[in-house]
This record gives sequence, structure tokens and C-alpha cells, in this order.
Amino acid sequence: MNTSPTKQNDTIWWAVGGIAAVVIVAAALWFVFGGGASSSSSQAGVPSDLDFATTRTTNQGVFEVTIEPALDPLSINQLHQWELQVKTKDGQPVDDAEITIGGGMPQHGHGLPTQPQVTEALGNGSYRVEGVRFNMAGWWEFNVNIAANGQSDDVTFNLSLQ
Amino acid sequence: MKAKIFAIVLIVGALGAIGVLSFVMLSQPQWTDEEIDTLKSLWIGSLGQLPPDPSNAYADNPAAAELGQQLFFDTRFSGNGQVSCATCHQPDLAFTDGRAQSKGIGETRRSAPSLVGLSYSPWYFWDGRKDSQWAQALGPMEDANEHGGNRTQYAHLISENYREAYEAVFGALPDLTSFPASAGPVADAEASDAWRELSFEDRETVSRIYANMGKAIAAYQRHIQPGASRFDEYVQALLEGDKEKVKIALSTDEVAGLRLFMGKGSCTQCHNGPMLANNDFHSTGTPLSNGVFADRGRTDGMLEVIEDEFNCLSKYSDADPEACVELRFLPPNGSEFLGAFKTPTLRNVAETAPYMHAGQMATLEEVMDHYNEAPAGPHSHTDLFELNLTDQELAQLVAYMKTLSGPVFAP
Repeated sequence: MNTSPTKQNDTIWWAVGGIAAVVIVAAALWFVFGGGASSSSSQAGVPSDLDFATTRTTNQGVFEVTIEPALDPLSINQLHQWELQVKTKDGQPVDDAEITIGGGMPQHGHGLPTQPQVTEALGNGSYRVEGVRFNMAGWWEFNVNIAANGQSDDVTFNLSLQ
Repeated sequence: MKAKIFAIVLIVGALGAIGVLSFVMLSQPQWTDEEIDTLKSLWIGSLGQLPPDPSNAYADNPAAAELGQQLFFDTRFSGNGQVSCATCHQPDLAFTDGRAQSKGIGETRRSAPSLVGLSYSPWYFWDGRKDSQWAQALGPMEDANEHGGNRTQYAHLISENYREAYEAVFGALPDLTSFPASAGPVADAEASDAWRELSFEDRETVSRIYANMGKAIAAYQRHIQPGASRFDEYVQALLEGDKEKVKIALSTDEVAGLRLFMGKGSCTQCHNGPMLANNDFHSTGTPLSNGVFADRGRTDGMLEVIEDEFNCLSKYSDADPEACVELRFLPPNGSEFLGAFKTPTLRNVAETAPYMHAGQMATLEEVMDHYNEAPAGPHSHTDLFELNLTDQELAQLVAYMKTLSGPVFAP
């Protein structure tokens, strides 16, 4: 072994310096990413691959439905209106549709706190929905059943309430 | 030598970083942006203006509120001359009475809820059997166990003692001399018989005065509002970036309780918004009232509000039927709400013991244990789930609850 005492010393200092550098980097990362702060429980148990699209094709592919809440940002405890647009799969607006609304919180096993209803057909495939309210933060499902032209189909929208 | 200098510099740097981090962690808790949003939503500063009551054209009439305040405290409006609204809604107890089951002339089946900030709710009573504050005020007045009086008695009292104040707001009183001293749709057989003998028009004349009494009382009650609590001061300091104030506004345990309230405790699922209440109906598996009564709660309340003669769609309401949105969009399936009760505000909760709709729990500690264990209750159903909180965490939640006390403003 030819290693001189100085070299040996150097190795130890390099090692100590390396550990200190790791501590600095870890601390910096913790600081930047706000480690230690717990996340809100309202998101716990929500499937990670939920699709929050506001335009969706109904389950059997009969209609294409777009939802447009009149409340922006969508928030809890406020009764508000929505607009729905219904088209055929070829993009033709669907008027004279019978529309029923349902929904709830899948994680809590309860439905909507109100019964939203279509109160007006606005023409060109648009409908006014009144009486929408959410009373908890988290993941809600909003179900729309559409019956028109002798066909009936359903679609479920996912919503994330803050 | 180079290595030594380099290492020393890094060690100093590392110690510095640890020091800064410890200081940050100890001096103020880390809230994520999402949590700051939630804190702001719970803050009293988010309360906003009083929501309008389209069913009460006098809701914001100062003269009506003044009359209502007098009626609220007047014990003559009762069967025995000893009960007023303030008997069960005492200003010193955040407008509650400290009883498990409130007591007017007799004992009622439920605990009088706080009136603080209640005008932000679309529903009244624990089961929401009334859809306005004025219609609510009329319920206890002719309940045999509460005020125990009746409509013609009250109309005569208005005519004899409040004529000027009443007429200034609602217009001329009709001539009541031919009306019986006691008549109304009440449990008392004599008064009830006398009521049935009145013509339809006479009953409506009296009921109109009665409804106006409710509207005046509601105009007063609208002004019973919460002031800022220590919790609100903490959130305000956070929002303003006042670090010194953030440090002193709440203790470490209280902040830990707040974190649990919004997180693991899931309390904000229902106790949300600036009144810390979503004003909706949830089944929390609370025990039998008085050990015997399995209260059906909202399932009954929903049926009653549809039938209520003073609801938003009634002839005594000032609202355009289109504006009666709560009734128009009532959920169809009342059985889903079996044993569900309205989420009460947590503002001033430390002063409103005992707790739950029939005061089944004497202390906040008992309430925390109930939520932690989530028993199914008398209807074999609860919306709650086990929380698995430790004794220390439960104590921290109680510590946080106690930061929600603030002044109560009433005219």
C-alpha cells in the first residue's frame, strides 16, 4: 500500500463533502417540492385514470354530449345552471330529446343533493339544465340519459369539485 | 488541502440548509396551494353578502327587523305568557339553550340549533321541513311544547300592542273584534275547533297576519351573524403573508387539528364553506334521541316542506314560483335521507353544547369519538366511515374546534 497520509486524508474529506452535498440537494428538493405537507383526503381513492372530458360519446355510441356548467370555477354549495349540447354521432344537433339527469359520489355511495332538470330546449341541440348543486369537494359523477329519435343512451361525466 | 476546504464549505452549507429547513418547519406549517384555497373557503371573509329571500318581501326592511326583534323577545306570544323565541335561542349561548331537548311549555324532541349565520342556509330545522327563515319562525309558535299559543291569539296581541309598528310595514290591520280569542290549527282541541268554525276567508286573514309576524322575525334574525374567530385571524394572516401573526394566531396543536379537519378527519366533506356547514342532509348514525326515539330526520322533513302551508310556493310567499328553486329541484327519493339531519355550523361550537339534533352528546370529545368510530346508528346506516384517529389527534381536533369561537353580532 503506497497511499500517503495526505491522500488518505483527501479521500475522507471528499467523502464528507459528498455526504454534505447530498444533504444540501435533498434539502433543496424538499424545499422546492414542499415535502411534508399532507395532501387533501378528498382525492384519496379516486381512480388515477379518470377522464374529465366535457364532451363524451354515449355508452352505445348513439349521441355526443357536451356539458357546460354556468358556474366557473365549478364550486360547492351553489345552486346553478348548466347547458347541454346533444348531437348525433354524425354531428347533427338533436332537438326534442327527453333528458334525465342523475349522479352522485361513487366513493360515498350517495346521489346528487338535488334533482337537476332540463327546463328549456334552447334549439340547435342545446338544453338548459337547472337545479345543479354539489355539496362536497371531490369526485362526482354526472349521468345523462338521452332519449330521441326512438333511441335511448347514457353517458357519465366525471367532475372534480374543489 | 483542496478537498478539505471543499468539504468544509459543503458541511457549512449543509448545516445551513438543515437550519433553514428546521426554522421553516417549526415556525410555520406548510400549506399547499390547494389547502390555502380550502382555508380561504372556510374563512369568514368568504361569507359574502346575505343571500336574498325572494319569499319575504320585508327581509331587508329595517322597520320589519325592529318589529321582529321585539316579537322575538316577547313572552306574551305563548300559551302561558312565559315563552319567547329567546327562551330556546338565548343570545348568550350563540342563540341556543344548552339543553339536549329544548323546553318551551313542554319538552321538545330536538335541541334548538344556533341561529348564527343561519340566513345563509336554504333549509331550516334539523330536518329541513321549512324552506325560509320566516316560515321556520312560525313553526314553534303554535307547537304545543314550544310557545303553545295560536293564530288568533297572536293576531289580537299584534292588534293591541304592535298596531303602529305592524301597520307601518305591512299596511292596515283588519278589524279583528269578531274573531275568537283562541283559534288556530293546533293540538289544543278548543282552539282547533274554533279555527275550523272560521270561514276560509277569515282563516286566511288571520294566517296573513301570522305570516307577516314570521317575516318580521326573519328580518331580525337575518342580522344574527358571526364575527371573526381566532381561526379566521389565522387564515387572514396566512393570506396576507403576515408571518408573525400566523405564528401567534393558533397553537401547534390547533394547527395540527385544523390539518386533520381538512385532511384525515374528512370534516370538510360536510362542514365546508365559511359557515363550516354545507346546509345539506347527511346520516351520521347518531344514537336514539333521549334513548328511545329513532328520528327519521330528512325523510319526514322533505315530505313536510312540500306540504307546508307557508312554503315558497304558498300564497303567503312573495316569491315568483320560478324562484322557489329548492322546492323545484328537490331530490325525488326521500328514503335516501333516512336519519339524515342538516349539517350545523361549527362557528361558536364550543358554546353550543350539547351536540347533535337531540343533544345526544354532551361534549366535543364525545362527538369526536362518535365520528372516529362511525357506528351505524338506529337506522343501520351511516354516511361516516372509521377514521382511525389517535387520542392525540382527537384532542387536536377539539383544540381546533375551540378556535372557531368569535363574537356574535345581533341588533
